[in-house]
Amino acid sequence: MNPEWKIRILIAKSGLDGHDRGAKVIARGFRDAGFEVIYTGLHQTPEQIVAAAIQEDVDGIGLSSLAGAHDYLFPRVIELLKKKGAEDIVVFGGGIIPEEDISALRKSGVKAIFTPGTPIEKAVKWVKENIKPRK
Amino acid sequence: MFKEDQLQKIEEEKKKWVEDLSKILYENPERLPRFTTISDMEIKGLYTPEDLKDLDYSKDIGFPGIYPFTRGIQPSMYRGRLWTMRMFSGLGGPEETNMRFHYLLDSGETGLSIAFHYPTLMGYDSDSPMAKGEIGKCGVAIDTLKDMEILFEGIPLDKVTTSMTINPPASILLAMYIVVAEKQGASKREIGGTIQNDMLKEFIAQKTFMLPPKPSLRIIVDTIEYCTLEVPRWNTISISGYHIREAGATAVQELAFTLADGIAYMEAAMERGLKVDDFAPRFSFFFDSHIDFFEEIAKFRAARRMWAKIMRERFMAKNPRSWMLRFHTQTAGCSLTAQQPFNNVIRTAYEALAAILGGTQSLHTNSLDETYAIPTEEAVTIALRTQQILAEETGVANTIDPLAGSYFVESLTHRIEEQAWDYIRKIDEMGGMVAAIERGYPQSEIAESAFKYQKQIDSGDKVIVGVNKYVTDHPTITIWRMKPEIEERQLRRLREVKQMRDNEKVKECLQKIRKASQDGENLMPHIINAVREYATVQEICDVWREVFGRYSDPGYF
Repeated sequence: MNPEWKIRILIAKSGLDGHDRGAKVIARGFRDAGFEVIYTGLHQTPEQIVAAAIQEDVDGIGLSSLAGAHDYLFPRVIELLKKKGAEDIVVFGGGIIPEEDISALRKSGVKAIFTPGTPIEKAVKWVKENIKPRK
Repeated sequence: MFKEDQLQKIEEEKKKWVEDLSKILYENPERLPRFTTISDMEIKGLYTPEDLKDLDYSKDIGFPGIYPFTRGIQPSMYRGRLWTMRMFSGLGGPEETNMRFHYLLDSGETGLSIAFHYPTLMGYDSDSPMAKGEIGKCGVAIDTLKDMEILFEGIPLDKVTTSMTINPPASILLAMYIVVAEKQGASKREIGGTIQNDMLKEFIAQKTFMLPPKPSLRIIVDTIEYCTLEVPRWNTISISGYHIREAGATAVQELAFTLADGIAYMEAAMERGLKVDDFAPRFSFFFDSHIDFFEEIAKFRAARRMWAKIMRERFMAKNPRSWMLRFHTQTAGCSLTAQQPFNNVIRTAYEALAAILGGTQSLHTNSLDETYAIPTEEAVTIALRTQQILAEETGVANTIDPLAGSYFVESLTHRIEEQAWDYIRKIDEMGGMVAAIERGYPQSEIAESAFKYQKQIDSGDKVIVGVNKYVTDHPTITIWRMKPEIEERQLRRLREVKQMRDNEKVKECLQKIRKASQDGENLMPHIINAVREYATVQEICDVWREVFGRYSDPGYF
């Protein structure tokens, strides 16, 4: 692996949810940590997110949800990644996500869920430990 | 406010006090290198009459009900009537929300406030592919007039006022409200309430947008023009700082961007040919009450003084009602924590107190479980009771603007005002708020503040109890979950409405909306006709998306 290769992360806002404060803060935090960050902007369907992830050739997708639709949208992204043969892209998420939903999301293939109050550093550390540049 | 010789004496005494203090601090230094508000405004250890030497009581502070309204907009304030207790509510379908409305009214709530689910907010029906996974989750699902009829069953619309947090489809929901009232036998001249109808802050912060800024403004002015003539008790817009603050803005940014939005709406309505004193009295505002107690009180007081000046000096309004900044407040959702959630009751109580001491006209208090989901009945009851305890036990509503004259609060009010004027001047120089938004200016200022604040939390410079200090395990709480059958019922009802209505008439009505959209004729009468025939929210919005195009997020961070 070339040490010059950077971790590429897609930060994505799925569904109609407009709360983008967290997504933007984490996007900046990741960029400052040396990752290459692509932010989808708001109101993306799972199809659009998966297409962007493949086109941008990212190593991981960070999904943000604060409006309760995570239980549909997150697993849907994983399902579409599988369909496209891109299941090696690591998916993680964050936002307003009740603790009791986390195990179902993890079972569906979401590798980590960051809930409110997570320091940027903790998410950065997790990405460094769990996502490697794929080329 | 003080005589020259008085100030001189105070200055001498203060000098001595500073000397004594520095001796003490040499031995026992202060516990922080800098004392700041949550917005990072530096605060001194002591304020004295010296800090108010440029203020003139009559000109800058004055009396409640009198220009510039620093002390409140009504002469008697809460001694005459308490603020309206208005809990933002919407969950599942119209049936569940109607039950919640009745429960809250029975518990002593004094006004209604509707939270719509995301598809309605964005102009989609429940059967749209865009609505998948979102039905009834973040508010109530409203697709057609039928849903609004169920929502208000047993609630007399000539007796209660209703606030609707709705933006791109605001005119459609207002039209539905008018028709429901009409069916109840209440005329549109009698009903009272508010539509948020503030698209500029959507582009800046809340991000439920649909059309580009210019056609968005046109539809807003249509509603202002129509209500000025036909629905005289309706607040045509609620110019909102709440979402700007929640997105990460400082108190000054919240205040400045909100008033700059207000200026843009004033200009748009006057461009249409409306006379300032005909429509401006129906403008209303909406602010956040964050956790930094004095900063918030100062912000509310500064807001009133600034808007009064803007209206009288910039827009030459003559009617004192046009000068008044009337506002709703919501305690800060973003100050609540998922950790140790019962602490949120305490945060909300202090924030509510700041709103009351700041002279709010109505108030929503957040529930302790809102960092997880829509509140349970138990949680929302505590939130409402918080307001009732403040109103009827603590005595804080006994006298008007009790913090006026505080050296600190008056000085902070003045400082916040000055800093907000700087922003407004900058936005004026850019050509106004629409131009500033197109440049991404307020958006990037807010993102900057949000990131800076997060860094302060992460470093421990700013403390959040239970998050970065006093961290302990906490028991999980029971939260509200949407029953899956609600989605099925909503979809079924929408199908039935589409079958039962006169589809020819709906088509005709939509055609008229299309034509009025293209010709520039006021849309409101056509929207009212369309919703009366059970046209859906999305059917009308689709016409607009076709005629005006869509706005999508530029996505900078």
